Amino acid sequence: MNIHEYQAKRLLQEYGVPVPRGYAAQTSLEVDTAISHLSDDEMIVVKAQIHAGGRGKGTFTDGYKGGVKVVKGREAAKEAANHMLDNTLVTAQTGPEGRKVQTLYLTEGCDIEHEYYLAIVLDRETAQSVIIASTEGGMDIEEVAEKTPEKLIRVPVSPTMGLRHHQCRQVAFALGFKGDQIKQFARILTGVYKMFWEKNAMLVEINPLVTDKAGNLIALDAKVSFDGNAIFQHPEIQQLRDLNEEDPKEIEASKHNLAYIALDGNIACMVNGAGLAMATMDIIQSFGGSPANFLDVGGGANEDQVTAAFKIILSDPNVKGILVNIFGGIMKCDVIANGIVAAAKNVDITVPLVVRLEGTNVEAGKKILRESGVALTPADSLVQAAEIIVEQVKANS
Amino acid sequence: MSILVNKDTRLVVQGITGKTGTFHTQQCVEYGTNVVAGVTPGKGGQMWEGKVPVCNTVAEAVKEYGANASVIYVPPAFAADSILEAIEAEIPLVICITEGVPVRDMAEVRRRLYFHNTKTRLIGPNCPGIITPGECKIGIMPGYIHKPGRVGVVSRSGTLTYEAVWQLTQRGHGQSTCIGIGGDPINGTSQLDAVRMLNEDPDTDAIIMIGEIGGSAEEEACAYIKEHVTKPVAGFIAGASAPKGRTMGHAGAIVSASGAGTAEAKFAAMEDAGVSIARNPSEIADALLKIYKG
Repeated sequence: MNIHEYQAKRLLQEYGVPVPRGYAAQTSLEVDTAISHLSDDEMIVVKAQIHAGGRGKGTFTDGYKGGVKVVKGREAAKEAANHMLDNTLVTAQTGPEGRKVQTLYLTEGCDIEHEYYLAIVLDRETAQSVIIASTEGGMDIEEVAEKTPEKLIRVPVSPTMGLRHHQCRQVAFALGFKGDQIKQFARILTGVYKMFWEKNAMLVEINPLVTDKAGNLIALDAKVSFDGNAIFQHPEIQQLRDLNEEDPKEIEASKHNLAYIALDGNIACMVNGAGLAMATMDIIQSFGGSPANFLDVGGGANEDQVTAAFKIILSDPNVKGILVNIFGGIMKCDVIANGIVAAAKNVDITVPLVVRLEGTNVEAGKKILRESGVALTPADSLVQAAEIIVEQVKANS
Repeated sequence: MSILVNKDTRLVVQGITGKTGTFHTQQCVEYGTNVVAGVTPGKGGQMWEGKVPVCNTVAEAVKEYGANASVIYVPPAFAADSILEAIEAEIPLVICITEGVPVRDMAEVRRRLYFHNTKTRLIGPNCPGIITPGECKIGIMPGYIHKPGRVGVVSRSGTLTYEAVWQLTQRGHGQSTCIGIGGDPINGTSQLDAVRMLNEDPDTDAIIMIGEIGGSAEEEACAYIKEHVTKPVAGFIAGASAPKGRTMGHAGAIVSASGAGTAEAKFAAMEDAGVSIARNPSEIADALLKIYKG
């Protein structure tokens, strides 16, 4: 689960990490209040809050440039805020449709001396967290890793030992900090690690962490994502979820315990098992089709879930055909076939539907499908099913 | 004819009295698995379904009933603790079926497994389990699609394994042992661990490895296959069409924003290791049978 920059910074602040003073605003009235807390004689930063990177270099759909603006004084801040609020921002990470900006973050400016990079991630190969730091902050860290890997500092932290002082010093020295900055950095890193660990984060990234002209360290931008499996332990994090940032179909699917991810193709799939669901998308693509979604209905796949799944799939206007691919294991094919037929009768399916069943009692299952009176094509194999649905969708478009 | 589990396996079921635990234990007992005990704290002394004694602790199941393998069906919040309890009881094999275990918990469990001279092998979490056909089934896979034989199967995905096993069985080829290692980013047994065990098993003649996008488990297994494995190996990777940065159902199935963990890279590693590649899931058994006659 991801959160917004302003939420991430509030959390960091709770853990003793210095951030610029700032105020979130969702309406023009809130913008006015936020601005009134900031100095008219200083620089003010207006930042669009969306769950996607590349905001500064983004362009709004009406042509206005930049989702992050540094301006002088309240009047200019107000003008920038009015351009951004409720406007749609397109960045390298949003896709061409962009993301509607519903929250702004207005902060005081900062006299930047140097930009650093600091992050903690959970490394799956070594099963421990790793501190990643670099003197090359403010840019894409993947680019740093590729072009100048020697500038990337990596320090693993054992989950049972936790972060140690010497590790903080090691990173501080490697970044070239001196004197009081070493202490400041150790406090920041300790806070970031504590937050990472206590809140079950998968990533806490401060990019950039800056030194200002007075030599103080400040977290200027932050990105945090949490382990979805651990969210139940953190109601305070759950509250930070912004449904505006999620596809409504995915929200609906999660209510029915369905793993659904919207994609941009036109052939919907409904499958049991995550691996088989991915493989079904792959085979659609290999026959020249384009999957509209990932959907795992789980091992149970009962009639209610299948009905909900059909409704979600069909709420996507791009969908021109549906491929159902079920391997009947403990839940036998005839039981599943009955569920599919009942669900299909419940939901008005107006696009071609191809069903491939395999596994236990497959012949009984196919018989139920054939005799159901529902307009569907039973397929004998996954290859055949993919071929048929791709052809039918092409013929209809 | 197997690795890890066989007819001598004496299983304890952690979470036996729960709905999921009860359902799947019934299936395993029907298959012929020797379920010697269950564990539900506070229900010690009861009999599950009138036939299996319930203990309060795993240690008791080991001491009183000689359990030498454990399967876990407890909710995600308590799963890691259940694994640790089984490790403390020195059970040689623990299979955690539970989906949704917090990754941080698994980081701690992995630490315990690797750095304390632990005798336990963990399989999972978020996996279908392990089966040696005709002898012992531990987990949620449908038993009757399997058939005793000499092909070993390892996979991160449940239903994809069933597809592969079903194809093998229909073509007359049985399986030695099938292991579902699970779809989580941090797990107990890797593709490499499973491939190594199957390679060393005298009763396994050929191996099928089924992977997914995300991480580098398949690449590591392929490096080992290239160096050490002489048995025929076939493989498939799911997720070639998945977008970057999205978790595809399994917590571990994600191509990172930087483009690490793609199906393309994993297929390339398989090719380099001389693995016979199935390009779609219907061809997994056939990919093996191209290089293995049985």
